[in-house]
Amino acid sequence: MAGSILRLENIKKGFGGVDVLNGVSLEVAQGEFVTLLGSSGCGKTTTLRIIAGLEQPDSGRVLLGGADMAGVPPERRDVNTVFQSYALFPHMTVEQNVGYALKVRRVPKPELAQRVREALALVQLEGFEKRKPSQLSGGQRQRVAIARAVINRPKLLLLDEPLGALDLQLRRQMQQELKRLQKKLGISFIYITHDQEEALNMSDRVAVMKDGLFQQIGPPEEVYSRPRTSYVARFVGAANILHCNVGQVEGELVRFANAQGSGAFLAQGHSFQPGEPATLAIRGEQAQAVKGLDRSVPGLLGVVKEKSFAGGLLRVTLELAGGGEFVCSRQGLDSDLAPGDQAKIVWEPEHAWPVDLEPAGGPEGEGAEAL
Amino acid sequence: MKSKVRPQKGWMWLTLLPLYVFTLLFVLGPLVYMVVLSFLTREEVWGVRLDFTLENYANIFEPVYLRTFWESLKLAFLSTGLVVAIGYPFGYFMAKLTARWKKRVTLFLMIPFWTSSLLRLYGWIIIFRAGGIFDRLLMALHITSEPLKLLYTYPAVVVGMVYALLPFMIFSVYSSAEKLDFSLVEAARDLGASPLKAFLTVSLKLTLPGLFSGLVLTFVPSMGLFFIADILGGNKVVLVGSLIQEQLMKARNWPFAAALSIALLLLTTVFLWLSRRLSKESS
Repeated sequence: MAGSILRLENIKKGFGGVDVLNGVSLEVAQGEFVTLLGSSGCGKTTTLRIIAGLEQPDSGRVLLGGADMAGVPPERRDVNTVFQSYALFPHMTVEQNVGYALKVRRVPKPELAQRVREALALVQLEGFEKRKPSQLSGGQRQRVAIARAVINRPKLLLLDEPLGALDLQLRRQMQQELKRLQKKLGISFIYITHDQEEALNMSDRVAVMKDGLFQQIGPPEEVYSRPRTSYVARFVGAANILHCNVGQVEGELVRFANAQGSGAFLAQGHSFQPGEPATLAIRGEQAQAVKGLDRSVPGLLGVVKEKSFAGGLLRVTLELAGGGEFVCSRQGLDSDLAPGDQAKIVWEPEHAWPVDLEPAGGPEGEGAEAL
Repeated sequence: MKSKVRPQKGWMWLTLLPLYVFTLLFVLGPLVYMVVLSFLTREEVWGVRLDFTLENYANIFEPVYLRTFWESLKLAFLSTGLVVAIGYPFGYFMAKLTARWKKRVTLFLMIPFWTSSLLRLYGWIIIFRAGGIFDRLLMALHITSEPLKLLYTYPAVVVGMVYALLPFMIFSVYSSAEKLDFSLVEAARDLGASPLKAFLTVSLKLTLPGLFSGLVLTFVPSMGLFFIADILGGNKVVLVGSLIQEQLMKARNWPFAAALSIALLLLTTVFLWLSRRLSKESS
């Protein structure tokens, strides 16, 4: 890849016999914003620490700007980190914190002062130079941590859930600011979060991680609308997962029938054989629950269990006839459905997306690059 | 205190009374008594006369006594320095141990305290005396060919001092190193600091309070400990502590002993104040 900043090759890492990373590969381009998305314990922080040099991989290679980083200590890697808890030096002022990277490199005082001013201006913290971290709010500390990490203009900035401790409103605001900052500096970002909205909102590419492996790496739209695995479908946008056995195959159109009803989906380039098990991901907003449909209309039978409103969306939770739940959501607040009603869930075949087509475990090793 | 003071119940002050009484009786009282005593005149045979004099303080400036002060200071600095050199890394790395090992190490450090410190010093006599364990060990290892006769020498006194004071430094450094957030050290490394630089600018700075409280806990007693020098140093090493004890118990010159004590108190206070200043400046 041209302008590749970082390349991870089949990184494996375990702690005390527990495997944390099981072969992680990733390539990050110059100026790219890549988000590692996953629930806690999936290995995102370990991946970041290995890139920063704070942890050594058991096997695999880390290449920064084409150079193998094996045995290179963190202080000699052109990478900086915004730590999860910010890790600001409590005994130093804002100014000293931000200027630390320059001070240890013995940058002359006038230049140091000038660059600290610029870095603080970048995060809009002018006037806070002499404060101690303990005298700042959470959002301000966060800005100091960012200014401190970018002052030496690293090739790559690693951010470990930097907005995790902030309230929702501030989070939204900081998301925009971070994105703007990244564009302005032209530095590649690797950003960790467990918040799928944040990931979709900010990234050029999202890497969904589970059990120390990347499940899918791709642009937000792709990860959202064309999930490769049921995990990705559920984690990114909370899709309904449906297990079925393939019935008739009519060209692209695949029909199925199971204990819950019947339906159809598009093969999406995969050749399905009758009788083969399939897993489908169906988004709540792309399925409809309708009362009083004729028996002959294909769909899943269910009983309305719960209705709830979430920010302009009406969510209807149905208990499926054959067990399991299905959530339909749509714009607007009106619905003729009431708890206890029988309803049929219907969708357009192109909205049922087949997932888990590859053996479990997802893309491994070199395969991830093909994405 | 905030401006809103709750109306005190009439009997509340009673709960604080024991504290005041204790302080008055056992801290302030003896101190005042000693100050007064130091300005009085010694009675020829026994006790003191109520004649005001500055002679006791003037006596301190006699060369022989000044030398004693100087020797005490030297020994205090030497042993405190060694205590820092051993105790700081010990306490620092102890804080990085797993919870299980922390417990074990703490236990090992505590066990000696279950025996009287005097008894433990007699233990050192057995180790240090000519042909004792230490000598035999060195000879067995062919490091020396004849007994070193370490007992009643200056090094023996230093070892005894360091041994007695070390735990105080270790625990005090340990308690502040345990609060040190190791991610700060990682942040320093991440920002370009070498391990040494990260230690000096972050770890050391943040554990200085522990180091200084350890200094207080070791330097102050090391100025006054007389029985270590007496037992392990014979009468070759005379310290202020021993001098005071001698003046009080043997020479029965109470006013002079009091004056020496006050001088020691002032000297120690000056050094404490200096170290306080230093620690404030550096943080």
